Amino acid sequence: MLSKRIIACLDVRAGKLAKSVRFVDTKDIGDPVAKAREYYEQGLDELVLYDITASSEGRGILLEVVARVAAQVFIPFSVGGGLRTVEDCRRVLLAGAEKVNVNTAAVQRPDLIAEAARAFGSQAVVLSMDVRRVPASAAIPSGYEIVTHGGRTPTGLDALAWARRGEALGSGEIVVNSIDADGTKQGYEIGLTRAVAEAVSIPVIASGGGGTPEHLYAALTEGKADAALVASMLHYGEYTVGEIKAYLAKRGLKVRRTT
Amino acid sequence: MLTIVDYQAGNPTSVRRALEALGLSARITADPEQVRRAGRIIFPGVGAAGAAMTVLRARGLDQALTEAFRAGTPILGICLGCQIVLTHSEEDDADCLNLIPGRTVRFRPADPALKIPHMGWNAVEATRPHPLLAHLRPGEQFYFVHSYYPQSERPEDIFAVCEHGVVFPAAIGRDNLFAVQFHAEKSGPVGLQLLKNFAEWKPC
Repeated sequence: MLSKRIIACLDVRAGKLAKSVRFVDTKDIGDPVAKAREYYEQGLDELVLYDITASSEGRGILLEVVARVAAQVFIPFSVGGGLRTVEDCRRVLLAGAEKVNVNTAAVQRPDLIAEAARAFGSQAVVLSMDVRRVPASAAIPSGYEIVTHGGRTPTGLDALAWARRGEALGSGEIVVNSIDADGTKQGYEIGLTRAVAEAVSIPVIASGGGGTPEHLYAALTEGKADAALVASMLHYGEYTVGEIKAYLAKRGLKVRRTT
Repeated sequence: MLTIVDYQAGNPTSVRRALEALGLSARITADPEQVRRAGRIIFPGVGAAGAAMTVLRARGLDQALTEAFRAGTPILGICLGCQIVLTHSEEDDADCLNLIPGRTVRFRPADPALKIPHMGWNAVEATRPHPLLAHLRPGEQFYFVHSYYPQSERPEDIFAVCEHGVVFPAAIGRDNLFAVQFHAEKSGPVGLQLLKNFAEWKPC
């Protein structure tokens, strides 16, 4: 039986990272490479690096971060943020990532999913979707709408229909990020996570709202997720990966223990 | 110096990075002569069996690997490299290297909750001792990504198993050849340990 995965999300702010290059070899909180290594040593299962500026000058810095992470973190990791073409994807994969995360660009041009899946295999293509709760309507029967640009831009797409389409186009996993829950630390949006998990047959990763190990437990059981994404819980040192896993194991979930 | 075979199936540099972290140097090559002369060969790979065999044959790497195997060179197959050392693959109905008798077959889970590909961390249980599995605790987890699995014919060629709807061989071997279905290079410290064991392995 597969273990439930804990995936840490690290934002790479290209501009700010450039300023903190002198901290590269320290445990500075601003250095994603040091954080990635720290979580790896704690027993992290997987990592996502998200380029939140995705500017052209930031791209070079991102690739350098990807290569440095790949040289010291020996678990799978994916890279997202601003990937618009198969060539963009190829560059981060060659730099050392296993998977790419596509989001806005896939909404704008869904064939990107199919092209990337053909070029690299479905296992390398993760569809990341930002979702906001809206009143159910004929266009959005599930009451969950896909949004882009950090939640500012509604798309008119129903989240469940988009998830099914993403699977049909060849995506190998889906990250379901609730914009409503994001940053609240009040728990993942269980109803949404479960609805997507029941709509597709590929693995679903819960994202947004995780604040305690109990929240992960709920997403991985009631929410039917295969993995849960965590960020601030780890970044601010509130929990270690080991503590979260110990809790999940105590509640009877299969997790990968490294100690 | 280890030799990593490049046959356009996935990105062989992730294996090289893992070896470098262990202080081991490796070269990546598609040259059959270098494979014949190699002291130690890693044969990784991600992708489809049929396309991989086409590339191996076109470059003469199928012959080079077979000769290296017969000459006693230690060889480690990883993922697709674990499947195409068998006789045949159901994927693309491809004839493979036939270094270990057996067939690669697709997962066909009766339980619809079991997803294909089998992707993620799963427990591996050794069924027979092997130097490459030294230092590994029972039930240690490794990272898998695959839709097909290696079904070797002879029970004595199976060294570890995993379960995903069906109990399947996760590590197979014969003489100087060992092959794992999981990605040792992406399986954290236990995966690095296996690579280290391979680098030190002296098959009799």
